Amino acid sequence: MNIRENLMDIATVFWRDWVVLKRRLAKFILSRMVAPMLYLVAFGWGLGRSIEISSGTYLDFLVPGILALNSMNISFNSITPVHAERIYHKSLEEYTIAPIWPDAFLIGKVAAAVVRALISSAIIVVLAVLFGAHFQMTPLFLLVLVLNCVVFAEIGFLAAMKIRTYEEMAQVNTYILLPMSFLCGTFFSTQALPAAVRYFIELLPLTHTSYLLRGIGSGADVSYLSLLVLVLYAVAGWLWGSRAFRRLTE
Amino acid sequence: MIEVQHLCKQFPHRTKDGRQGFKTAVDDLTLSVGRGEIFGLLGPNGAGKTTTIRMMTMQTKPTAGTICYDGLDTRHDARRIKSLIGVVPQHINFDQDLTVGENLELHARLHHMARAERRARIEELLRYVELTDVVNDGVRRLSGGMKRRLLIVRALLHRPRILFLDEPTVALDPQVRRRIWSLVQDMARNGVTVFLTTHYIEEAEALCDRVAILAKGHLVDLDTPQRLRQKMDLPNLEEVFLALTAETQAKEGR
Repeated sequence: MNIRENLMDIATVFWRDWVVLKRRLAKFILSRMVAPMLYLVAFGWGLGRSIEISSGTYLDFLVPGILALNSMNISFNSITPVHAERIYHKSLEEYTIAPIWPDAFLIGKVAAAVVRALISSAIIVVLAVLFGAHFQMTPLFLLVLVLNCVVFAEIGFLAAMKIRTYEEMAQVNTYILLPMSFLCGTFFSTQALPAAVRYFIELLPLTHTSYLLRGIGSGADVSYLSLLVLVLYAVAGWLWGSRAFRRLTE
Repeated sequence: MIEVQHLCKQFPHRTKDGRQGFKTAVDDLTLSVGRGEIFGLLGPNGAGKTTTIRMMTMQTKPTAGTICYDGLDTRHDARRIKSLIGVVPQHINFDQDLTVGENLELHARLHHMARAERRARIEELLRYVELTDVVNDGVRRLSGGMKRRLLIVRALLHRPRILFLDEPTVALDPQVRRRIWSLVQDMARNGVTVFLTTHYIEEAEALCDRVAILAKGHLVDLDTPQRLRQKMDLPNLEEVFLALTAETQAKEGR
């Protein structure tokens, strides 16, 4: 294995996405401000005034949840164009014919999705501070955010490798991402859910991200078991995604 | 240079009565191609030409059989072989979000070309196919002929030793077709082995040193266009092709 060439391959895949993002950066930033702004206004200012939280304001409670769900959505959706490249434009053939390390494609794409999601997260942090939210940003907070992006970029990659039609891709958003956005401890604590539902919800990665970001953000102690869960999801996503990419040429 | 031995490909397929079965696209294909040769795979639609090229370029795995390039086996030396081959697919498969220049740059980077080398080579090839003016245009804006020329120069960018062309002139007007033929001949003169598929008989006759005729996945005959005509005592390759493929179809129908 030639490590230098493998790193070059990752850089090439990332370079392609960076070229595309750079061209649309202003539009990307503006469009990424809309959803978080609405969440902060509707749930932070509007609904939040009538919600009592034991520590701090509802806005303080809400911001980590918004960061979790937004990084999930952006990282997943950043990678979904790979589906059109595979099915409609057939441009993935450029990578499968090239003498590259197959995992470089997955890593490069995930890295580009993480960058997009982090840019979007930075916008939310700025907006949240302007709205008067209080939270701490530590290196661990950033690590959890990155891990969350990696997990959902890998899920997006897997969907792009496996799913056949645009319609089915949209259904992943409807049946998986949308319910998770609302139920995984983003807008309210999972403690409020019935036991059977809660056990299921607590198996999902976004629940652990919300819990960790909220805990770290407020300076509380957090369970490293949640961090381990996210790492396990990321490793499983890599293994599965790598296998799916290699199977394109079977 | 290229040794193909007993190559087979079967695809999962639902039969007429709705059961799960397999369809044979390529059946026991054996052939070899010499260095610097222009070799044509000729056959009607659905003969298995594209499946053969896809197996030879490691886009799909054979169900059985082996493919070797100068002793390198596609099952064990895929990455090494991929650096030796250039592929011009039948369909346009550019990255639609990138410009002409960026598509070439992506290809050069994927083949580990150094910055100065890739810049010089991109410039040289774009000049060669008269596409310098559109280097910063999106690929969607190119005409059909321009897209074909770009597909070919993209495949040549990393100086492959073997060039695969799958129906390189399909749906092109005669002028562009001739231009692509002369490009392919230039490549072969420079020592590149060319393996192409076509269902245009005149293309095979004008370009190929040898042709293999494929029908329903079977190799029907393999020889120089001239010897095929002599063997069958027919005036041109088109007549030979029609006679051979009709024979196979009659046998299959029996």
